[in-house]
Amino acid sequence: MKKVRIGGGAGFARDRIEPAVELAEKGDVDYLVFECLAERTIATDNMEKMANPNKGYNIWLERRMAAVLPVCARKGIKIITNMGSANPEAAARKISEMCKDLGIKGLKIAAVVGDNVTELVRNYKTTIFETGADLDTIREKIVSANAYLGAEPTAEALRGGADIVVIGRSADPSLFVAPMMYEFNWAPDNWHIMGVATVLGHLMECAGQVTGGYFAEPGYKDVEGLDVLGFPICEVSENGDAILTKVPGSGGELSLRTCKEQLLYEIHDPSKYFTPDVIADFTGVEFTQVSKDVIRVTGADGKHRSDTYKVSVGYRDSFIGEGQLSYGGSGAVKRAQMAGEIAKKRLLLQGLKSDETRIDLIGLNSMVGLKAKSDVEPYEVRLRVACRTETAAEAAKVGDEVVTLLTNGPAGGGADFVSVRELIAILSVLIPRDLVKPSVIFI
Amino acid sequence: MKIKLKEIAHSRSGDKGDISNVSLIAYKPEDYEFLKKEVTAEKVKAYFKGIVLGDVVCYEMPKIKALNFVMQKAQAGGVTRTLRMDIHGKVFGSLFVDMEVER
Repeated sequence: MKKVRIGGGAGFARDRIEPAVELAEKGDVDYLVFECLAERTIATDNMEKMANPNKGYNIWLERRMAAVLPVCARKGIKIITNMGSANPEAAARKISEMCKDLGIKGLKIAAVVGDNVTELVRNYKTTIFETGADLDTIREKIVSANAYLGAEPTAEALRGGADIVVIGRSADPSLFVAPMMYEFNWAPDNWHIMGVATVLGHLMECAGQVTGGYFAEPGYKDVEGLDVLGFPICEVSENGDAILTKVPGSGGELSLRTCKEQLLYEIHDPSKYFTPDVIADFTGVEFTQVSKDVIRVTGADGKHRSDTYKVSVGYRDSFIGEGQLSYGGSGAVKRAQMAGEIAKKRLLLQGLKSDETRIDLIGLNSMVGLKAKSDVEPYEVRLRVACRTETAAEAAKVGDEVVTLLTNGPAGGGADFVSVRELIAILSVLIPRDLVKPSVIFI
Repeated sequence: MKIKLKEIAHSRSGDKGDISNVSLIAYKPEDYEFLKKEVTAEKVKAYFKGIVLGDVVCYEMPKIKALNFVMQKAQAGGVTRTLRMDIHGKVFGSLFVDMEVER
């Protein structure tokens, strides 16, 4: 029976470069998928594109492609990636240029477009998916709107002979579903098989997270070789049978326990996992360890996809002003707390316009706010003051009032840091499928 | 005897907007029933009091001996606009397995 091997070449925008090269050289893969587009990135990339029509794709695109283009061209490995971000066409043109520079001939490169629905959404009457509030509440501040495309446009590009497919906003599992659909001629309304493919895509989409990354807990879950972590390979058959594996000898671990953690990563109701392709059912999924670092995946299912596209809407939210200062030695916590109180009073005196202030002690309670139950105090602690403001000028006041604690605050404050950044936030809307028209452009 | 969940289960947290989900996966299949009974959505909500401000729902995954807790209003306004340091709530899984239960 026909089989296809797909490598997970990257799991986020700034993921390591070499594991994909290893997959290409030693993984015997037919495809390499690079998932490099987080929620917010496409909004800031869209702003970049509006300033420069040749930009707006992933900043590491050249670096990543330079590393894999030669070996992929030599071995006939096809590449699928969402590094197109806000400008898939420019990204595809850039890759085409790179091929010329590298003396690589004969590769067909396609861009999938149509995810950008900014003007449509700017004028669309609807409510926000997460909150139910009217879109009017953020309408004036919208900078981008991109629909999560499914697997079908990428599959169409592959059917058109593409060796490299560059897309923008896409559901991550769909990047893996597309080559399976193409190779096996799976119908987009075969909901069972689309559910199977989607579960496989979900396991693969974060690369190292299924092969021992985001996993180790010394003494409880010990993993070797994370410095040379091998990224995953999915080998899938025409009937949906599939195994996950990695390059033998590479670092990490592919096991029941790593697969279970990745299966439940970023999912809510496991019986209804929504993608543009299908509503997948994870509840029947089972893993079997076939041999070292080889896992069989069974039991996935799916049902009729929803009749809407989910659209990521980027909008200008606010600014964050921040200052940090460290204290050490016994009494560090008391001094840091005192410093925090002074900063708070100073910002009040300065008339800072802010409706949200956060004072954390890094080393004690800063990640989300939960504190250890024990009374043991850290020997060093770092004060962090952060405020949400409407303007950059207001935000700068926060760092000012922290850095001045060096000479005006408690003893021994050091290692000061200040920052001002604009927050482009993301909310979602749902729009009817027929309003989105993806298409394939060959470069 | 009080034990930390860490002794019998592992967890990974994920994020989507203002929602965090934490899994709880039994190391040994025979501990799944105990986890299902002892680690309720109410207890998880109480454990993260002040951090998770919305509802907590527990989904069961008996085929892989795991539970999935979905926590609303958990990211202080959402990953893309929160003032928190750990904007994705990556730490939630690690904090969760520090929770104690009576064995």
